[in-house]
Amino acid sequence: MALDQSFVGRSYPPTDPYEVGREKIREFAEAVGDTNPAYTDPEAAKALGYADVIAPPTFVFAITFKAAGQVVQDPQLGLDYGRVVHGDQRFAHRRPVRAGDRLTVTSTIETIKSLAGNDVLEIRGDVHDEAGEHVVTAWTKLVARAADENTAEGEA
Amino acid sequence: MTAQIQYADVEVGTELPAQTFPVTRATLVQYAGASGDFNPIHWNEKFAKEVGLPDVIAHGMFTMAEAVRVITDWVGDPGAIVEYGCRFTRPVVVPNDDQGATIEVSGKVAAKLDDNTVRVDLTAMSAGQKVLGMSRAVVRLA
Repeated sequence: MALDQSFVGRSYPPTDPYEVGREKIREFAEAVGDTNPAYTDPEAAKALGYADVIAPPTFVFAITFKAAGQVVQDPQLGLDYGRVVHGDQRFAHRRPVRAGDRLTVTSTIETIKSLAGNDVLEIRGDVHDEAGEHVVTAWTKLVARAADENTAEGEA
Repeated sequence: MTAQIQYADVEVGTELPAQTFPVTRATLVQYAGASGDFNPIHWNEKFAKEVGLPDVIAHGMFTMAEAVRVITDWVGDPGAIVEYGCRFTRPVVVPNDDQGATIEVSGKVAAKLDDNTVRVDLTAMSAGQKVLGMSRAVVRLA
């Protein structure tokens, strides 16, 4: 069933702050095998001009995707989450996320499309720090496959 | 470190050093924990096959995180990534053996933009197939 177009533009309340920890960044960097010292050594990060260790470019997805749960699980929207795959992902960074940041996410439904029976939903997550400054925006495109098992590949 | 790449030193077509990233079941369990994405298609073979996948597959976000390393290792400063996006076109299938899978990533400068930035286009392959589409980043150089 096609999603209701009137949800386009709808924003959800900002999340409670997520505090970015040095050890969480280290854990993420180790999980992707990335030994860049800017992720683990505060002195190396300072040499690059940052107040503390910074996070890898895709780290913030864990925070924005959790926030997108408000949209995905909105009973009024009625997305069939069991059929959802991650179609594509984009980030626009104002600055890197760093340890000590307290980040809130505001999720907005940017587009809803129906392609070959698949529902395609794009959620924008605007991430701000404690001072209210914009840090990064993440766009997450979710594809709810049609009930007849159409593949989502090649969706435009 | 701070192996800064100068904007003036790159041209459209400049190739970044390619890299190959191994991924095993253990890698995926570790990434699940670090990212908080515990979807069983990334660690439970029975579940993955029940939903029509050939086997356990890597998290798309894991592949995306690996691919951008070709750029962050090139510029030195990971904070130089201004924009980064990709489409998840094919799964990285990870068999339950000692070898696992590999993700081969190459990149080249596709455009020189304003403000000392360049666009880098990435190609990520696994088992001979492209696994990311439209994988590109805007990077600020020195």
